[in-house]
Amino acid sequence: MSDINPALETFSQEVDELLTAMEEALLGLEAMPDDADCINSIFRAMHTIKGSSGLFGFDDVVAFTHEVETVLDQVRNGERTIDAELIAVLLACQDHTARIIQHVLCNENEPLPEELQQQGQALIVQLTGELTVTGGMPSTQQEKTGHFEVDANTTDSRDNWVISLTFKQNALRNGMDPLSFIRYLQTLGKIIEVIITMPTIPRIEDMNPEDCYLNFKIAFNSSTDKKTIEDVFEFAEDDCNIHILPPNSRQEHYLLLLANLPEDQVKRLGEMLVEIGALTEKEVVNILNEQHDNNNNDDEPKPLGEMLIAKNILQQPIIEQALKKQEAVKQKINKESNYIRVDAAKLGYLINLVGELVISGAAMRLMVDKHGLSDVDDVASTMSHLVEDIRDTALQLRMVQIGETFMRFQRVVHDVSKELGKQIQLQITGGESELDKTVVEKINDPLTHLVRNSLDHGIETPAVRLQAGKPEKGTIQLNAYHDSGRIVIQVSDDGQGLDPEKIVAKAIAKGLIKPDQALSNSEIYNLIFEPGLSTKEEANNLSGRGVGMDVVRRNIESLRGSVSVDSELGLGTTVTIHLPLTLAIIDGFMVEAQKERYIIPLSMVEECVEMSADEWQIDDVQHYVNLRGQILPYLRLGDFFHKNKKHTPVQRESLVVVRFGEAKAGFVVDELHGENQTVIKPLGKLFENLNGIGGATVLGSGDVALILDVQGLIQHAKKRVNPTLALSSAI
Amino acid sequence: MTAKAKKNDGTLCVSIKDDMTIYNAASLKETLLGYCQPGTHELQLDLSAVTEIDSAGLQLLLLLKTEAQQRGFTLRLLRHSEAVIEVFELLKLSMYFGDPIVIPANWKKS
Repeated sequence: MSDINPALETFSQEVDELLTAMEEALLGLEAMPDDADCINSIFRAMHTIKGSSGLFGFDDVVAFTHEVETVLDQVRNGERTIDAELIAVLLACQDHTARIIQHVLCNENEPLPEELQQQGQALIVQLTGELTVTGGMPSTQQEKTGHFEVDANTTDSRDNWVISLTFKQNALRNGMDPLSFIRYLQTLGKIIEVIITMPTIPRIEDMNPEDCYLNFKIAFNSSTDKKTIEDVFEFAEDDCNIHILPPNSRQEHYLLLLANLPEDQVKRLGEMLVEIGALTEKEVVNILNEQHDNNNNDDEPKPLGEMLIAKNILQQPIIEQALKKQEAVKQKINKESNYIRVDAAKLGYLINLVGELVISGAAMRLMVDKHGLSDVDDVASTMSHLVEDIRDTALQLRMVQIGETFMRFQRVVHDVSKELGKQIQLQITGGESELDKTVVEKINDPLTHLVRNSLDHGIETPAVRLQAGKPEKGTIQLNAYHDSGRIVIQVSDDGQGLDPEKIVAKAIAKGLIKPDQALSNSEIYNLIFEPGLSTKEEANNLSGRGVGMDVVRRNIESLRGSVSVDSELGLGTTVTIHLPLTLAIIDGFMVEAQKERYIIPLSMVEECVEMSADEWQIDDVQHYVNLRGQILPYLRLGDFFHKNKKHTPVQRESLVVVRFGEAKAGFVVDELHGENQTVIKPLGKLFENLNGIGGATVLGSGDVALILDVQGLIQHAKKRVNPTLALSSAI
Repeated sequence: MTAKAKKNDGTLCVSIKDDMTIYNAASLKETLLGYCQPGTHELQLDLSAVTEIDSAGLQLLLLLKTEAQQRGFTLRLLRHSEAVIEVFELLKLSMYFGDPIVIPANWKKS
């Protein structure tokens, strides 16, 4: 009961309340038999329980409550008088309803036990004076048995296989002798009855003695399985239509097997039936082909189960049971997938271990290469593949959909918009995008801040909106999508947008910029992330104190992400956040400069070219390269990290072009080492504020390589060059 | 295919002296058809010499039985050979033909 569905929980509570109310009302009726309120309350209880049970598909409850409801309706309409006797029965009905609901809640998909069914019947008889069939199962069972016997054309077919053989005209000419098959069949069991039919009986004058006119129907008693029997006729397949109907006693066997089928995955009907041996693979192939053919002719393909029954290949109860089982497994799997919960700490430990595994895998790789052990090579590469898979799967475990985080804002938007007297709806897209759980947790606060900003500053009051010719209802959109190994989250609104002039004025007042500074619109917008800048005239309890956007940026940057804002005055604002998918392990690209190794996150590497003056225009003073007409600032990693060391020229330098969002830059390195699985180890507190370094990793050799903070380095590279100046000096 | 016929006041007694298989089904059919003349009251088939019978042969016998009913003469099968009995047993046909089957003492010993 611990994993009970929340909806069912509500249902169960609701039923409890209703039944209690009903009991009270019934007891009240004893005192005042004509109290309309009490009668209505009883009726409502039964009616609501019936309705809710119908929603959950509790047919037994619906059937029973329907009967009670009908009687109560009669009482309500004055067609039936209520007396002590009826009240007693209704009280019993109330108890019974509670019991069957208890049963269906605990044992979903199981039929009511005999005892409860009889009780229900008895109560209905007392209520209405007539017998109503609630279950329906026994009657269908009988029908099917009858159906089967008619088809089998035999008197006692209960425990016999019924094998129908319809030979084609050319069977004899093709060397088939039906008798030999039947003879062989005898070795497997006892032939009880054979019926020979000749559907097209020719006059003896017209008959061709070499044609086959014979059809057989054989009642066969055997304990073998269907496959074995089918194999008897294996060679006749082309010249004969074979139908093997399992005996009724087999049916129970099949039903038992069905019940015992493992419930680990959802299987198709055909697969299930083959697994329990009720159907052979050949039969499935044939029937599927037929289904496919029919599909071409008709518009609606018949379900497989229906076809199997229609063709008399299997009895209906088996199909029904199989379908039920299929449904049950589906539900179970759904339930299970909803309820696997793992301690986050355990997962964290696993990820750490995987990280160590990756490192030691790399160490092994190194050893293998170093000693040239060619026979170990295969094993080693298989293992690296496996380690890679383990790494990906382990990281996947921590991946959660961002949708849940997004959904929380529905409530925020609802509450805040009421508070502010605004009409705002929240639209969520891309909620299925996945990212690391730790990232999700850390992104929650910044997101809340951004959404509140939009609610408070962005969306105008309905009156203002109508004046501006916008729909009364404002919209805030939360959107997430993946982009080159990163996740992009956007918070946008269709509000008033940012006013660049206001921001500039505020920024000048705060001394963030100089009055004569010329800034592009996007530079101005990004000023809102500077500490102490708020465009809101008055602060309220939501936002506007000028603390926040800088915190948002700091939070996001601490996740190795970035945030930018775009806006159009009067139309709305969009805040875009770029985040790495995970914080633990990345695919890195290893380079070497001045004998030092560096890792660049592979997803940020655009291309690698040779750094040669013959191919590209290089401005050595301004550190700028003209890459196919593109102005690209570059940074010599060796010089940047070893300012004091003298640059030792290398024969061939390479230029690694990296991209972060829209910004691009080139890193000049001495050597390229290629891809590397990089386990990110955070640097100690001491090095937290190091420029251009995002972390470190341990290489297979035991050496430490620094992971570059590409974003910071690009900014650094850009600062050093003034593109216009660089261009002129290069030309 | 050798079948000997004896005529005696409307009763035709034929002894089938060959296998009743697909290989000679065509000629067997012609022969049997020949006996289904008007004037025949009873057709007796002596099956003692049938050492082998397959579906094609059985089919002929079944057809002949139907034909006899339609034309209004009686078909009697006599002295079933072991092969014939075996097939009749297999398919529970003895009741259908309704002829007494004499099981020899050395049945299934050979």
